[in-house]
Amino acid sequence: MLEIKNLTVQVGCREILRDLSLNIERGEVHVLFGPNGCGKTTLLMTLLGFPNYKVTRGSVRLKGVEITTLPTNERVRLGLGMSFQHPPEIRGVKLGEMVNIALGRKEGEIDAEVVGLARRLNISVAFLNRDVNLGFSGGEVKRSEILQLLAQSPDFIMFDEPDSGVDIENIELIGEVMSELLDRNKMPSRREKAGLIITHSGSIMRHLNADRAHVMLDGRIACSGMPDEITRNVMANGFERCVELCKTGRENKEGLE
Amino acid sequence: MNKKERVERAERAKGKKAALGEDIAIENFTAGKEHEEHEPLNSLDEFPEKYQQDLLNAGIEPSEKGRSGSFLQRDCSVVFSAAKFPGLEIKSTTDALKEHDWLNEYFWRAVPVDADKYTAELELDEDQEQTNGYFIRSEAGKKVTMPVQSCLFITTEKIGQKVHNIVIAEEGSELHIITGCSVAHAVNSALHLGVSEFFVKRGAKITFTMIHNWSRGVEVRPRSAVVIEDDGTFISNYILMTPVKSLQMYPTAYCVGRNARATFQTVIYAHGDARIDSGSRAVLQGAGSRAEIISRVIATENAKVVARSDVVGEGENAKGHIECQGLMLSDTAEVESIPELKATRRDLVLSHEAAVGKIAEEEIQYLMARGLSEEEATSVIIRGFLNVDITGLPEALARETKKMFEMSLEKVV
Repeated sequence: MLEIKNLTVQVGCREILRDLSLNIERGEVHVLFGPNGCGKTTLLMTLLGFPNYKVTRGSVRLKGVEITTLPTNERVRLGLGMSFQHPPEIRGVKLGEMVNIALGRKEGEIDAEVVGLARRLNISVAFLNRDVNLGFSGGEVKRSEILQLLAQSPDFIMFDEPDSGVDIENIELIGEVMSELLDRNKMPSRREKAGLIITHSGSIMRHLNADRAHVMLDGRIACSGMPDEITRNVMANGFERCVELCKTGRENKEGLE
Repeated sequence: MNKKERVERAERAKGKKAALGEDIAIENFTAGKEHEEHEPLNSLDEFPEKYQQDLLNAGIEPSEKGRSGSFLQRDCSVVFSAAKFPGLEIKSTTDALKEHDWLNEYFWRAVPVDADKYTAELELDEDQEQTNGYFIRSEAGKKVTMPVQSCLFITTEKIGQKVHNIVIAEEGSELHIITGCSVAHAVNSALHLGVSEFFVKRGAKITFTMIHNWSRGVEVRPRSAVVIEDDGTFISNYILMTPVKSLQMYPTAYCVGRNARATFQTVIYAHGDARIDSGSRAVLQGAGSRAEIISRVIATENAKVVARSDVVGEGENAKGHIECQGLMLSDTAEVESIPELKATRRDLVLSHEAAVGKIAEEEIQYLMARGLSEEEATSVIIRGFLNVDITGLPEALARETKKMFEMSLEKVV
């Protein structure tokens, strides 16, 4: 589904991602851990094609199509979707209108379909009439993002910290809808969707099964493994220790060569 | 103030340039008496076919459907006025003056006759019976929930249209007015001078939704003020989306009564070489009086806009808030935002927020991540920016105002 090959990305004059490679197959969900500033969000923004993120080397293919130079909306048309960590506030543009845009409609009416989708995320009609992200709480932002994805129904979905600032009750709900969006409730062979989840706390992992986990460090994937194992390791020892383990692992390997 | 005093004061202010806005040579525009009178109409849809769309663009319903009264002035002639609702009066100010002796008392009570040369011109002109304008009044206790529509229309080249409007909502009454100002396509140059004085009596309410639908050659100098008594409410919604040569106005609401409330909402899309200096002022004199001033300004091409707002707090526990946002769509346009607050005692709450900027790149990207092209995203953001929630209107009118707004928006975005 998604093939990243030797990707190097600059933001301003700084190189943030270095020679990063990652493959995510159809039906798979990967989790990305890593300390603040290691380049996780940069990776997602680059995949979306935001202009501040300059690809200096490498390539990205989505469903076999080279997308490295495509504008964001064309990537979205190919099936890319994103749940933002800190989406911008847009005055005068209502959440309901965003849902309609995500549904690909021209008209902005909040109709039964929009209301029905919103109900899945415990979002009221009054809330649909609020300016998007303006004064939303942390948890409201996440639910609003996932509501828009539910309307958009992308094939490859990226989630930037869908669990940060969300209370226990809602995290379960979010996990449930994410599982549905990512075809997690289907038999493995029937799964059509794929995804990449950035999480800091790993708390979403209690409500969603993933296939693989990675730890990112200094703009690279430093180590990869089974989600349970990596999550346990990160949660118990922290990134620092996990990073050290990765380093020793790499040094040992280099020593062998 | 008697007539003689008024004229004397006006005479003295004849050469007094306005404090703001480019000075206009009134003598370059012809007065009404030099033109033939336009024939009165039996109904609004008798208005020439070629102007019907201009009426619609200014929010005027030619069929008069859903309106409790209508008024139409073409150049300097009042060609139509009719009230369909008992307790509602709507006619030319000139006719109303002949009918009601007491109306003289209201002249220049809210707007000073010697404010500048434009107000002076109107007073001196009235003397010669050239000025019309509308007189709208709701009787005490009468709630006229269906809107009243009035339109001031210019069809003659080089004309100086002068109007003196008086609107009175008597005690406990309610009045909703849609006013459209429009101009025929063929007119390349014209001047509109309009004095409007509003009186909101105890417990009464006036909502005033004004659409200016001028053209690149029209210069506009409205002079408006509102006096709001105890528990009275005045809400003004002003929409300017089409080009204009120059506009300068600074309507003032005097909240003189206890708990008097004033709201000004202004939406301006400035095109071409327009020179716009538009402000709203509230003077909070009554105890517990409140005002809110909201403005949204978009400047494109070479337009220059000064967006002013001013709240003066004088009464016990008065509250005022200013929210002023500007959006720049061109590097050769200019927006100057000037919010002012003046407090004269301790128990006031006065605040303002103002911002001018370009469209945030981040917002465009966010919308593109939901599938819109850059162009579509920009248009969604502009629409959102101008989308001020209009409060205080009856539901049907709010819907209609929204529709009118959408219609004017479609022409620019």
